[in-house]
Amino acid sequence: MGKAWKFGHDIDTDVILPARYLNKSTPEHLAAHCMEDAGTTFAQDVKAGDIMVGGKNFGCGSSREHAPIAIKACGITVVIAESFARIFYRNALNIGLPIMECPEAVAGISPGDEVVVDLATGTIENRTTNKQYQARSFPPFMQDLIRAGGLIPYVEGRKKNA
Amino acid sequence: MSMTITEKILAQHAGLDEVVPGQLITAKLDLVLANDVTGPVAIQEFAKFGTDTVFDKTKVALVPDHFAPNKDILSAEQCKVMRDFARKQEIKHYFEVGQMGIEHCLLPEQGLTLPGDLIIGADSHTCTYGAVGAFATGVGSTDLAAGLATGEAWFRVPESMKFIFHGTNFQKWVGGKDLILYLIGKLGVDGARYRAMEFTGEGISALSMDNRFTMCNMAIEAGAKNGIIAPDEKTFAYLEGRARRSYPLNYSDNDAKYVDVQEFNVADIPLQVSYPHSPENAKSIQEASGIKIDQVVIGSCTNGRLEDLRIAADVLRGKKVHPEIRLLVFPGTQTIMREAMREGIIDTLIEAGAAVSTPTCGPCLGGHMGILAKGERAVSTTNRNFVGRMGHVESEVYLANPAVAAASAVKGQITHPEEVA
Repeated sequence: MGKAWKFGHDIDTDVILPARYLNKSTPEHLAAHCMEDAGTTFAQDVKAGDIMVGGKNFGCGSSREHAPIAIKACGITVVIAESFARIFYRNALNIGLPIMECPEAVAGISPGDEVVVDLATGTIENRTTNKQYQARSFPPFMQDLIRAGGLIPYVEGRKKNA
Repeated sequence: MSMTITEKILAQHAGLDEVVPGQLITAKLDLVLANDVTGPVAIQEFAKFGTDTVFDKTKVALVPDHFAPNKDILSAEQCKVMRDFARKQEIKHYFEVGQMGIEHCLLPEQGLTLPGDLIIGADSHTCTYGAVGAFATGVGSTDLAAGLATGEAWFRVPESMKFIFHGTNFQKWVGGKDLILYLIGKLGVDGARYRAMEFTGEGISALSMDNRFTMCNMAIEAGAKNGIIAPDEKTFAYLEGRARRSYPLNYSDNDAKYVDVQEFNVADIPLQVSYPHSPENAKSIQEASGIKIDQVVIGSCTNGRLEDLRIAADVLRGKKVHPEIRLLVFPGTQTIMREAMREGIIDTLIEAGAAVSTPTCGPCLGGHMGILAKGERAVSTTNRNFVGRMGHVESEVYLANPAVAAASAVKGQITHPEEVA
C-alpha cells in the first residue's frame, strides 16, 4: 500500500527531471531532483512504496530515460495515468517501471489517498475511498516485457530460449 | 493492399509485404543515433546485452552536442564515455567537437539520413529526418542500446494522420515554423500521440528543405511517433552530392487509410508565437506583440539552418539589438557556420550585436550558454517552452520563427518583422 502523489495533464520530462541534472545519470542523483520543477516537496517526502498519478499524456517531451529512472529510484512502485506519451511509455516498460493506464482511477484518486495495485491483474484499489478500478490491459508482447522486468532481461530470456 | 509511406517503410524493414496500424513488428535499422546525454546511459546498458561490438559500426552516429563543448566536469565525463566508446568500437560517424553540429542539422547534411530509411535516435527530435522521407523516431537509451547490439527494434505500426496544406500564397515572413506551431495549436500536445503525421499539399511542396526539417522536427510536440514528407525534386536536389548510397522511393497510395485528414490553406496561417509553458499555446503574433523580453535565441535543431540565419540577418541588417536584450545565435553545424560567414550573415548578425556560438544544443534545454534567471523571458526559435526549459523554474519561453525572433531582439519585445523591416 502506498500514498498517492497526484500531478496534472501533460507532465513533461523537463518537469520530471530537469535537464540541468542530466550531466550525471546515477539513479540516486536523479531521484534527488525528481519532480523538482513541479513546485512540490515530492523528492524530499516521497516514501518507498508510494504511487504516482498523472493526467493525460504523462511523460511528454524528451526521450531522456533519466525521467522514468528518477521516478523508479524514488521508490515509486507504479505510475497511473489517463494516458502516456509514447517514448516515456517505452522507456518505463524497458527499465521495469510499472505503468497503468486508467482514467477512472486517476479521477477517483486524490492526493494522499492510500492505494493498492495488483500489477498482474491490473486492479487498482483506493483504500481511502474503498473504490476499485481496472486498468487497461497491455498487448501480450508488452506483458512478456513487463513480466521479464524490462527489455534487457526480456532479450536475454529470449536468447536462452532460442 | 494500400499503405501510407510510413507503413511501406516499416513493412520493408520488417521483411513483410504489408503492415497495418496497431501491428507489432521487429524491424531492421539503417541508423542508430545517440548524443552525450543519452549515449552514456545507452552505452552502459549496451554492456548488458552480452555482445562486445555494435551491430554495424557504419550505421551508428554519436554526436556530442547537448552539453558540448563540455559545459562542466560531469558533462566532460559523459562526453568522454561516448568518445571512448566511439574509439573502441571504431564508430565511423562519431563527430568530435570541431566537426560536430546539432545532431538533427548534422546527420541530414552529412547524407546519413535518406528516403526510405528506418532510423532510431535517443533524442525525441529524431523525427526531423522525416523531412527527407525517412521513418525516424525518438527512443530512450535502453531501446537505443538494444538497437546498437542487435540492429533491430520493435515498433507498433502507427495510425497515420494526413495534413494537407493548400496554396502557396504564404503570408510574408511565414515559414515552416509557423505552420507547425499553428498545427500543434489546433491538435494539442497529444493530438497526434502514437501516430504518424504526414504533411502534404502544394504548400509543403513549396517549402524549402530547411523549412521541412523544421516541421518534421516538431511532430513530437504533438505527441507523434514520426513526421514525414514524401520525397520530391527538392529532396533530390538536397541529397545530390550528399547521399552515398541508393535509396528506395516510397509514396503513400491514393487509397491509403488515414485515421484523420485535415486541410488548411497556407494563406490563412499568420505568424505564430507559442506562449509559455506549452508549444500548443500558439497564438497569432498580433496577440503577442508588445510582450517585454530579456533574451532572444536563434538556432537549435528546429531553426538553426542556413535559411533561418539568413532570414534573421535580413531582419537585423543595419539594425541594432535592443540594449537590454541578449541575442544568442547558434548555427546548427560547422558547414552552416561557414556558409553563413561566406554570405556575410555572421558579420551582419555580429554587427547588430548578436553573440554567435559554435554549434551546441546549449540553452534550448537549459543546458548552458544562455540560461534564464528568475522572472526572465525569452523569445526562442527552439521547440519547447516547458516550465524551466531554458533555466529558472520561474522563467518563460515564447516560441517563434527566426524573423519574429530577430525583430523582437531589435525592439526588446515581441514584434512583427514588418515593424523593423
